[in-house]
Amino acid sequence: MPNITMTINGRDMSAEVENRTLLSSALRETLNLTGTHVGCDTSQCGACVVHVNGKPVKSCTMFAVEAAGATVDTIEGQAHSDGSLTVLQQAFQDHHGLQCGFCTPGMIMSAAALLKENPTPSEAEIRDYLEGNICRCTGYQGIVNAILAASGQTAAIAAE
Amino acid sequence: MHNFDFVRPSTLAEATAAMQAEGAQALGGGQTLMPVMKQRLAAPDTLVSLAGIAEMIGVCEKDGALVIGGATTHAQVASDAASMYPALAALAGMIGDPAVRSRGTVGGSLANNDPAACYPAGALGSGATITTNTREISSDNFSTGMFDTALEEGEIITSVAFPIPEKASYQKFEQPASRFALVGVYVAKFADGVRVAVTGASEGGVFRWSAAEAALSGNFSAEAIEGLSPEASGMITDLHGSGAYRAHLIGILTKRAVAAAH
Ligand SMILES: Cc1cc2nc3c(=O)[nH]c(=O)nc-3n(C[C@H](O)[C@H](O)[C@H](O)COP(=O)(O)OP(=O)(O)OC[C@H]3O[C@@H](n4cnc5c(N)ncnc54)[C@H](O)[C@@H]3O)c2cc1C
Ligand code: FES
Ligand code: FES
Repeated sequence: MPNITMTINGRDMSAEVENRTLLSSALRETLNLTGTHVGCDTSQCGACVVHVNGKPVKSCTMFAVEAAGATVDTIEGQAHSDGSLTVLQQAFQDHHGLQCGFCTPGMIMSAAALLKENPTPSEAEIRDYLEGNICRCTGYQGIVNAILAASGQTAAIAAE
Repeated sequence: MHNFDFVRPSTLAEATAAMQAEGAQALGGGQTLMPVMKQRLAAPDTLVSLAGIAEMIGVCEKDGALVIGGATTHAQVASDAASMYPALAALAGMIGDPAVRSRGTVGGSLANNDPAACYPAGALGSGATITTNTREISSDNFSTGMFDTALEEGEIITSVAFPIPEKASYQKFEQPASRFALVGVYVAKFADGVRVAVTGASEGGVFRWSAAEAALSGNFSAEAIEGLSPEASGMITDLHGSGAYRAHLIGILTKRAVAAAH
């Protein structure tokens, strides 16, 4: 089986995988990084979004061998090293950006990619960018508000 | 999913050689092929990844055309081609969602020729030339039906040249669940005439709407095609819309594209 090395959240990590192993499976099952969720396994829901070489990708729709040598960032690497949350993560908590939390790792990774490309997105730009991230709980408004707040903008509807 | 051998050549010559193996298949961004393999509708013996071939990645302007390497992602086209050919860059930026655009490639989209995909309309509407490892194919002869193209076994799309029109626009009426086009219309105005390509609508895949092309070539305005719609027969009917609805949308979207063209 191929042995691949990736720089995951700043650390070099190696894994033995089959060619057919999905990046999501390698992260969750081989490397025990279970923060990346698998909702649909058919590239519809976005729960599995991670960054590969800085770009958001659905890790259920990329082979692990394709990530050999790449830089991979997952939800586990988002918080600061002392465990405190990033501004974006804290905003999700403050603005009811999550309920069950299943979609949240993918939402945070997509939102972080958005804010890197566009530091002050409009509500329409946020909704457009999150098109591939499905949430069955929040109705999205809390998520949109959290991202607006994290980018220093007033949320459309304040959280109660 | 069945297992397979995986090769990641760094040159086109190596990729061409690898594609000669029995059961070899090209892997672009995997955004279509991986779901198909998960369903075991495809089980290649060898996947030949095109992602490491530098000569197949990137965009440039050459002889009045936007030339895109076959393994260039939708995201890269959306950003790097915006100043050269804004309508085509905008089309790439409307495909799927950001994560799909980080991986999916122009070569994979054209080779797959999904009847609801966007690039086939951009290519046919621009009168593009598709270059493979063995020949050049005009977009007028490329699509041979739904999910079917003129490509031969083992042939690799290395680049696509899209002639840059005076103005153009792609109007996509999105099917919200799949994020593909329910109907999409690409209108391009060149000095010597107008091309109108329609995706998402016909059972035969992407096609040129010649009646609208003729009307618009004489008078490039939405009024020129007022009341014009293609025949509903041969249009896709499914749970998302009837053939008659799709035919109606083609007329509307073509007018919008003419009005938005820049
Ligand atoms: C959620 C979602 C939404 C999407 N929405 C849209 C949309 O709105 N519009 C749209 O147009 N598409 C959409 N797509 C499809 C997307 O654009 C795909 O990326 C594209 O159709 C296939 O490109 P790929 O590079 O991923 O190809 P792959 O999946 O890797 O390959 C597809 C096929 O092409 C072959 N192939 C790949 N590259 C080449 C090449 N260079 N030469 C010859 N053959 C090759 C493969 O062997 C395979 O048969 C969507 C996909 C998903 C998952
Ligand atoms: S698990 Fe990857 S998109 Fe749903
Ligand atoms: S919080 Fe439950 S799916 Fe989004």
